[in-house]
Amino acid sequence: MFDLDKWQEIYSTIRKNKLRTFLTGFSVAWGIFMLIILLGSGNGLENGVKSQFGGGAVNGIWITNGMTGMDYKGLKTGRQIRFTNDDYKVMKSTLTGPDHMSARMFLGNNLTSYKDQYGSFFISPCHPDYGYIKTINLLQGRFLNNIDITEFRKASVIGEKVKLALFRGKDTVALGKYININGALFKVVGVFRDFSRNDDEQKRIYIPITTAQRVFSGSNFVNQISFTTGSADPDEVDKMVEKSKSILANRHTFDPKDERAINVWNKSEDVRKFTSLFRGIRLFIWIIGIGTIVAGIVGVSNIMMIVVKERTKEIGIRKALGASPSSIISLIMQEAIVITGFAGYIGLVLGVGVLELVRTYMPSTEFFKDPEADFSIAISATVLLIFAGAIAGFVPAMKAAKVRPVEALRDE
Amino acid sequence: MISIKNIHKSYVMGQNSLHVLKGIDLDIEQGEMISIMGASGSGKSTLLNILGILDNYDEGEYNLNGTKIKKLNERKAAQMRNRMLGFVFQSFNLVSFKNAMENVALPLYYQNVPRKKRNAIAMEYLERMGLKEWAHHLPNELSGGQKQRVAIARALITNPKVILADEPTGALDSVTSLEVIDLLHEINKTGITVIIVTHELDIAQRTRRTVRITDGMITEIIIN
Repeated sequence: MFDLDKWQEIYSTIRKNKLRTFLTGFSVAWGIFMLIILLGSGNGLENGVKSQFGGGAVNGIWITNGMTGMDYKGLKTGRQIRFTNDDYKVMKSTLTGPDHMSARMFLGNNLTSYKDQYGSFFISPCHPDYGYIKTINLLQGRFLNNIDITEFRKASVIGEKVKLALFRGKDTVALGKYININGALFKVVGVFRDFSRNDDEQKRIYIPITTAQRVFSGSNFVNQISFTTGSADPDEVDKMVEKSKSILANRHTFDPKDERAINVWNKSEDVRKFTSLFRGIRLFIWIIGIGTIVAGIVGVSNIMMIVVKERTKEIGIRKALGASPSSIISLIMQEAIVITGFAGYIGLVLGVGVLELVRTYMPSTEFFKDPEADFSIAISATVLLIFAGAIAGFVPAMKAAKVRPVEALRDE
Repeated sequence: MISIKNIHKSYVMGQNSLHVLKGIDLDIEQGEMISIMGASGSGKSTLLNILGILDNYDEGEYNLNGTKIKKLNERKAAQMRNRMLGFVFQSFNLVSFKNAMENVALPLYYQNVPRKKRNAIAMEYLERMGLKEWAHHLPNELSGGQKQRVAIARALITNPKVILADEPTGALDSVTSLEVIDLLHEINKTGITVIIVTHELDIAQRTRRTVRITDGMITEIIIN
């Protein structure tokens, strides 16, 4: 079946029937090309939206203080709730689920300088665990540690955009240098890149919360307590959230049902929502993709049918000259397989090429970023099309091989 | 060489059955040149197709060079056609996308002769037909007479025992017709049996025997 002579025979047939070859090949190449583009776009959409999620562990819970929205136990609506270090300590000691916990203050943007370079950056005082909760990606140095907290060290971890602004030039060493934050000097101990592509997240400076309270606020207030829930399942996470609410409600005397007194952001819930959204999008893409493949298969089958019909007389001649039925079948099928295989490969390469071009030259937008196609899916789609082409060729080839030569010769 | 006894053949079309051959008996010796004549629809082409194992028959007996030809499977039939028989058709039946040389070489492809060797042999046969310069032309670039000579070269390339020619001059003018018939005579002189189906009397008269078929029966055998 795989002797060189047969390949030469197929090659000469293909070479001399260019239009037919092109039409067969085109429907296959187009099907694969579209599938790759579809899968790639779907992934691009998913990557884009996922990057909008911003940083933060997928199992993170952020609780921020707010103003009461309900009268409770004689206390009026509109009362400001203020968390303190004690809330953090109680939460840490009573809640058993969280594996990382941090308190945070909101200091807002502060004038920051290094030598003659100035900038206004978001100062974020926190505990060392926040590095984990926020999934900080360290480029240089380290994140805050417990000694920074207990010794009230003036340490700072700066975003890469901060470094770029204050320390001109990419190669300038920032580690060990002292930056001036609102009048106080802080030593740079680390440089980070936030997981989020959001620019603001890269313009932050993390400092120890204890130092910030002593230097900037002179109080024990904190604005936010956040933690990650480890490997807890959704029910356990819900229980943790309820427990935190009741602890804080009890300590600050507000109604546990009051949704404005404190604001809870449960990221895992958001992730769940988006996961189901993307499951929907992926299903949609698959339905269209399978539709495209089916159209390709129908196209190949159609053309193969016409090809065999068109070649009936030739088949008759070949049979009169001594071609056995099996040699006729294998001739037509091998031709079909060669054409669909080759065309499928071309479609694959073109599709991946277009995706690469988009990836390189199109700026990623909020909702579209890094399109990429699952290669194994593309390969299996190609194999499927080749298989379909073979089957599509097999049935009519079989019929043609069975026809008595006299009938085939009569065909015009 | 060829012996047929009481051959019957009907074509069934829907509910109608057309009895085309109604008991044909014929013996053809090796090296003989014989013509089959008859009006269209007389069954002469059907007889030739049966002799060429291109079609099957319903009843009777057919012996080709000592082999009984009856209900052969397609693979065996193809082998027999390839080794024993050469065909020359009225409409030439050349493969349109193959050049003259490739057309001539095609039967050897089915004998698994290597490409270079079969092309060399094909060139030899084309040269014998005086078509060496046309070897790389496609059939539609050739005249009718040239096409028929290519077809004859193709029929001869396997050294068959029998050449079956179905109206070989039907699509040719009188001058080329004569050339083709001369060619068939030369082939016959090398010892190959030649069977020609024709409705032209002057061609039939140039063969040793003429078998006249009317309505599916042999009505006359003329020795010329």
